[in-house]
Amino acid sequence: MHEIIWLGRGGQGAFTAAKLLGAAYTIDDDNKYALAFPSFGPERRGAPVRAFTKLDTKPVVDRSQTEKADYIVILDDTLYIPQLQGLLKSTGTIIVNSKNNIDGALTFDADKIAADFRLPTANTVMFGLLAGLSGVVAADEAVEAIKGYMPAKIHERNISALLKAVQEVAE
Amino acid sequence: MSRKFLSGNEAFAEGIRLARPQVISAYPITPQTIVVERLSEMVEDGSLSAEYVHVESEHSALSCAIGASAAGARAFTATSSQGLLYMAECLYYAAGGRFPIVMMNADRSTALPWNIYGDQRDSLSQLDSGWIQSYAENAQEALDLALMSYKIAEDKRVQTPYMANLDGFVLTHTYETVDIPTHEQADSFLPPYETDNRIDFETPKNMAFSAGPDTNFIFKYKEHKGLLAAAEVVKEVEADFARIFGRHYTGLTENYLTDDAEYIIVTLGSIAGLCRETADKLREQGVKAGVVRIRYMRPFPNEEIADVLRNAKAYAVLEKDISFGNEGTVFTNVNSALKKAGIDVKGCNFIGGLGGKNISAGDIENIYTSIAKGTESVNFIGIGGGGNGK
Repeated sequence: MHEIIWLGRGGQGAFTAAKLLGAAYTIDDDNKYALAFPSFGPERRGAPVRAFTKLDTKPVVDRSQTEKADYIVILDDTLYIPQLQGLLKSTGTIIVNSKNNIDGALTFDADKIAADFRLPTANTVMFGLLAGLSGVVAADEAVEAIKGYMPAKIHERNISALLKAVQEVAE
Repeated sequence: MSRKFLSGNEAFAEGIRLARPQVISAYPITPQTIVVERLSEMVEDGSLSAEYVHVESEHSALSCAIGASAAGARAFTATSSQGLLYMAECLYYAAGGRFPIVMMNADRSTALPWNIYGDQRDSLSQLDSGWIQSYAENAQEALDLALMSYKIAEDKRVQTPYMANLDGFVLTHTYETVDIPTHEQADSFLPPYETDNRIDFETPKNMAFSAGPDTNFIFKYKEHKGLLAAAEVVKEVEADFARIFGRHYTGLTENYLTDDAEYIIVTLGSIAGLCRETADKLREQGVKAGVVRIRYMRPFPNEEIADVLRNAKAYAVLEKDISFGNEGTVFTNVNSALKKAGIDVKGCNFIGGLGGKNISAGDIENIYTSIAKGTESVNFIGIGGGGNGK
């Protein structure tokens, strides 16, 4: 099972990214299963939000919060704290949206890519970076998820930003 | 059939759409809101033809559903927590009037301290209100129960309102893949609602009347028999459901690895999956662990519980509930089932997840370990022994 923890602030779309990943993983494949859930609370703009995605080739029945993740994806670098390393599997990776380097984490300036595509938030960029780095979903599955589960008028910009992020990782 | 990535709330709304309710009364409350939002969108876009009534409170929401049902309509409403408690008076009117309304309840903590997260204190506090009560484990079961609920509630032998409970957030807000049946399939499963228990100007009758000491007891007895009859009807409806939709359900309870189990957790709702996974893990270590998931708290599965726990060495009842001053209500009900069957197996109560507290795999493993070596009657996960009765 792959487990991903998403960290962001209310309004940055961490839970949307968690859902898109689950939708992408299960799209057009009846033998794949996913759960996506927020850390359950009233999501206020600016407040820290956690979301979880669990992916497996059998039904995911454990609905508890992830204790050891394969990836922790952080949409806002002010939420990074070294203690997050304790939530990682030994093979796990932390990916942070940041202009700066962070010890123990991969950083990308996702805000810049988001801005290039006139997106107010970098959630689909971070989704693309995760897809590119992990390979848990293919780029075309991620695109299908955006088409299926985001409003039509923002498809194009989010798909372009996601594909740019996937390309960024490949380079 | 189509497959989608939906939350429990959205899946339930899809099930209700397929059941074609004629009247929906709605008052939003977290974590139920998405159900009534989706249904309003369906009415708006024409995919569901229903009278959608915005009301000013939960008391009115259920009163409106009662009125609709008394006019012969298939009625739906939904609530949660304080909303359920606010409409409590009407729960008894609906049950006593034998109106087969379906209501979804998003199981949520009750105040004070105020909290919007999931536990089962709201619905379990209303076990005596005369409603059928189901507890879903996942979004697919939620959708399927939405469809089955009307067929069970409206059966002439039952004629009892149905409360479909979904764990707040853990189920209502968790997304997973769900198969959505077609309207053709749903229509072949669930015929339109027809009843004599309705206002009819051609053949007027007295409805929602008073009954004095001479007859009141008889009506209450018949209400009880109607709820009991649901046990058999649930099985029949599930057999029909399996024939049309290909998904199988197991009546009032669902057993996992219980045939030779020495240590069994009895629980309900969305935590059951983690219990099964933990039982698997313990089996690999040679511990004969099993799980019983209660799917219906009313009618209560007395015989099923007694049969499955008869040969166990010990059992635990895990619930997100407490009846203050005593113990968890599910524990009380399970113990009564065993006592009536003359079974003497050591049982312990584990109360957890109140106010939405996470229950981990480690917590479940501890329950099995604790009942194997013996522990207090009532235990509070993460807090410790209960001092029950002291």
